[in-house]
Amino acid sequence: MMQMSDMPILPERLRAELEDHAAGAFVSFEGWIRNENENQEVLRLEYEAYEPLCLAEGLRVIDAAREKYPLQKALCIHRTGLLELGECAVWVGVSSPHRDAAFAACRYIIDQVKTRLPIWKKEYYANGDSGWVNCERCAAHGQDTDRDDRVTASAK
Amino acid sequence: MNKNVTVRYFAMFRERAGVSAEAVATDAATAEQLFRQLQDRHGSAEPLGHCKVAINDEMVQWDSSIAEGDVILLFPPVAGG
Repeated sequence: MMQMSDMPILPERLRAELEDHAAGAFVSFEGWIRNENENQEVLRLEYEAYEPLCLAEGLRVIDAAREKYPLQKALCIHRTGLLELGECAVWVGVSSPHRDAAFAACRYIIDQVKTRLPIWKKEYYANGDSGWVNCERCAAHGQDTDRDDRVTASAK
Repeated sequence: MNKNVTVRYFAMFRERAGVSAEAVATDAATAEQLFRQLQDRHGSAEPLGHCKVAINDEMVQWDSSIAEGDVILLFPPVAGG
């Protein structure tokens, strides 16, 4: 399932949606708002999205993950609107019979979501400037340079 | 012959164009031709490969043809996550 939300993401609630007795592994990823990007102090971020295509394209990503890996359940939710430091901007969770597939599928989904969904982010800096983050900079500096990333995993 | 289409701008493109959507009469045959005709509006110097386009809510390739009444969505480089 793919969701877009202008409300705070609540990981514990989302995790419960992935519970499945056929699953022996659960992996989730959270993208957080970080206070620095490219040597500029970041105060907050604003996400804009074209939701109809985010939902359609997000579903295609999850369907592709299901074809590549044995998954029980998969869910991705992405924020829109103004986010403060430390807030969760994107959450991906998958449950699978085994951990290898869970790790790989979670990684696949977040990587695809970042490059395929029509979502844009504007950074607001401590010096009063602001700017749209674009893929040219992402490509030049590698993925995930714009926030702290956390991967959590548990096995039953 | 000109076609009447609606162009929607997002994020950086919207800010540069100063509008989120506008009616455009164009002789462009493809989405790429339309994008280049509108370069002064959205002000993008981005390589086309970094941007995306959708027609009537379907993601399409830049060489896709455009038709009377189409709604064309111009997406600057995405930055989700």
